Amino acid sequence: MKKTILAATAAAAATFAISTAQAGPTFDAVKAKGFVQCGVNAGLAGFSNPDSAGAWSGLDVDFCRAVAAAVFGDATKVKYTPLSAQQRFPAIQSGEVDILSRNTTWSLTRDTALGLNFAPTTYYDGQGFMAPKKLGVKSAKELNGATVCVQSGTTTELNLADYFRANNMTFKPVVIEALDEVSAAYFAGRCDVYTSDASQLAGIRAAVASNPTDHVLLPEIISKEPLAPAVRHGDDQWFDVVKWAVYATITAEENGITSKNIDEHLQSKNPEIQRFLGVTPGMGKALGLDEKWAYNIVKQVGNYGEIFDRNVGPTTALKLDRGLNALWTKGGLQYAPPVR
Amino acid sequence: MTAAASHIPAPAEKPPVASVGFIGWMRENLFSSWSNALLTVLIVWLLFKTIPPLVGWLFINAYGFDTSSRVCIADRSGACWAFVGEKFRFILYGTFPYDEHWRPLTTVLIFVGLLAASCSRRFWRPWFAGVWIVGLLAVGVLMWGGVFGLSRVENALWGGLPLTIMLSVVGLAVAFPLSVLLALGRRSNMPAIKAICVGYIELIRGVPLVSLLFMSSVMFPLFLPEGFTVDKLLRAQVAFILFAAAYQAEAIRGGLQAIPKGQYEAADALGLSYWQKMGKIILPQALTISIPPLVNTFIAFFKDTSLVIIIGLFDLLGTAKAALTDPNWRGFFLEAYLFIGLIYWFFCYSMSKYSQWLERSLHRGHAR
Repeated sequence: MKKTILAATAAAAATFAISTAQAGPTFDAVKAKGFVQCGVNAGLAGFSNPDSAGAWSGLDVDFCRAVAAAVFGDATKVKYTPLSAQQRFPAIQSGEVDILSRNTTWSLTRDTALGLNFAPTTYYDGQGFMAPKKLGVKSAKELNGATVCVQSGTTTELNLADYFRANNMTFKPVVIEALDEVSAAYFAGRCDVYTSDASQLAGIRAAVASNPTDHVLLPEIISKEPLAPAVRHGDDQWFDVVKWAVYATITAEENGITSKNIDEHLQSKNPEIQRFLGVTPGMGKALGLDEKWAYNIVKQVGNYGEIFDRNVGPTTALKLDRGLNALWTKGGLQYAPPVR
Repeated sequence: MTAAASHIPAPAEKPPVASVGFIGWMRENLFSSWSNALLTVLIVWLLFKTIPPLVGWLFINAYGFDTSSRVCIADRSGACWAFVGEKFRFILYGTFPYDEHWRPLTTVLIFVGLLAASCSRRFWRPWFAGVWIVGLLAVGVLMWGGVFGLSRVENALWGGLPLTIMLSVVGLAVAFPLSVLLALGRRSNMPAIKAICVGYIELIRGVPLVSLLFMSSVMFPLFLPEGFTVDKLLRAQVAFILFAAAYQAEAIRGGLQAIPKGQYEAADALGLSYWQKMGKIILPQALTISIPPLVNTFIAFFKDTSLVIIIGLFDLLGTAKAALTDPNWRGFFLEAYLFIGLIYWFFCYSMSKYSQWLERSLHRGHAR
C-alpha cells in the first residue's frame, strides 16, 4: 500500500513537472555558483557510497567529478545530494540537482515524458540469474518450475515474469521488499535461483556468500539496463558538457591515455590526441569550456578503464568483468564519437 | 521442680526437603503442575539452544575492533566488531567533514545535557528557557560554523546521531505549543476555530508520515519558482513538526477531557478569563494526566525520524545503512543494526524511565 502511494505521488510529481520545471540555462547557473550539484544513490556499493570518513566514491560519483573537472578544472568542486529511488526524478526536474548520476536506467519514457536527457551510458547492466553450483543448472532455459528470489516493486520482477512467459516456463516467485533480505533468503536456501541486475548479483556473491565459488551466474541476460547520467531538458549546452565528459573518459582509454601517462601524451604527434588534450585548441571553445577540459578529466579522475577498475573491477570486492563495458575494440559497447 | 517446668518441647520437625529451600522454590514456581513443568523444560531447552551460540557470536568468536575486514569476511562465525570500530564515526556523524567531528560530538553532548537538566524540576523556571536558547544557538554555530574561525558546513552534510536528535528535539519542542493550541481549539465553542483544528488534526493523522515527508521533499519544490529552493532538511523538519503537533494534540485532548467539569466551573466562578482558566487551572492538571500518552508519542516520534531515509537524509539509521554499502565492509548487518539499536534503546529507555518518575512525582496528589 505504502509503495502504491509513493508510486502514485511520484507519477503525479512527474506529470506535473513537465509543465513547470523549465530550467534557466543550467550551465550558466553551475558556472556562477562554482560547483556541480550531483544527485547520487544514498548507498550502492561500487557506484556511490560514502567511505568511513564520509567522502563519496564510486562509478557514478566519478562521472560527477569528471564533469566538475571539465567545467572548473577541479574534480573536487562537486556537492552530492543522496537521493532515494522515488526522489530522483523530481530532484532533477525541480533543479535541486544539476546532474542525476544515480544508476538510472535509460528508457524511452524517461528520456521523453520525464523531461530528461541521458548522457552516454556509463555502465551497461542487464538482469541475470544466480544459482548454486550444486544445482547443476547451466542455462536459464532449464529453470522451469524453479523457485525464484526477487526484489518487489522493481522492473526486475516484471522482466522475470515476461521471460518465463515468453519461454513457456513456470516459476514460483519469492518476493521480498528489502534487498538485504532477498539475498539472505537466497543464501539460506529458500529459493533455487536469485534474479537481479548482473552487477548486483556479482557484488552480492562477492560480499555475502560464505564461499563465492559455490554460486554461478547463468549466461542469459534477460533485460537491457543501460545506466546513464541524466540532465533535464532545456539546456543543450549543459547536456553537451555532460555528454562529452563521459566520452572524454572513453576517448582517453581508446588512445591509451591514463591519469599516470597523460603528461607524456601532451607531446604526442597524433592530431586526435593533440585536439583532445587541447594542444591544438578548438574543442574546449566549442563546448564552452577551457581547452584543458579533457586533460583535467583524465588527469584528475582517470579514463573509463581506470574508473571502472577502481570502483567495480576485478580487484575490488565486486569483482566485475568489463563484459559489455569493454571498449568496442575489445568486444564491448563503449564507443566515443571522434573528437574533431 | 514441677512437671510443667521440666517440659522440654520437642525440637521442631524440619519441613520435608521437597518443600523448602531451592527444591521447594522450584516445585512451587517451576513445576507446580504438569503444564508448567513442560513449559519450564521447554524454556530451559530453548535458552540452552540460543544463549551459548549468542554468547559465542557476540564475544567468544567475535573479532575485536582492530581486525582487518578480510579476516572478518573469511570467518563469519563471530561478530566483527571491527566493522563498528571502522565505521562508528561515520554512523554517528554521517558525512560531516571528518576532521571536524568534535563539532557534532559537542552538539550531541549539549543536547543530552540540556535534556538531562530539563528533567530536573529545579530548572523548571522561566530563565531556563534562556539556557535552551543559548544552547540551541551554540548548536547552530557548531553545526553551521562560518563564525569564530569555524569552517562553514552546509546542513546537507549533517547526518547521524546529531540529525536524529535535532529532528526529534526541535520537532517535539516546536510542535508542543502548537499541539496545546490545537487541543484547546478542538474543544473550543467557536465553530470556525473548532473546524480548523479538527480539520488539521484529522487531515494529518489520516495520512502516513512517509507521505507527508514525501510531499514536503518531492512535491513541494515543484511548486516553487525556479531557482528558489527551500532547504531539504528544513522541509523535513517542518513536516515532522506538523505531524507531531497533530498527534500530541490528541494526547493532550485526552487529558483535557479527563478534567472534571467542576474545575472549569470553579474557574469561571472565580471570574478568571479563558486564558487564565486554562493556563492556571486546567492545563497544569490536563498535561499531568497526559504524560503517559505524550511520552508514548515522543518515543514513537524519536524512532519515526528514521523515515527521513526515504528522502535521502542520513539520520542514524541512514548512516548505518550507507556504511553497509562500503564494498570492503559489506554484509555486517547484524553488527551495524545492533550498534544503532543500542543507541536508540538508550534514548527511548531513558525517556520512558523519566516519564515514570515524572508521573510519580507529579501525581502525588492523586495517589490512591
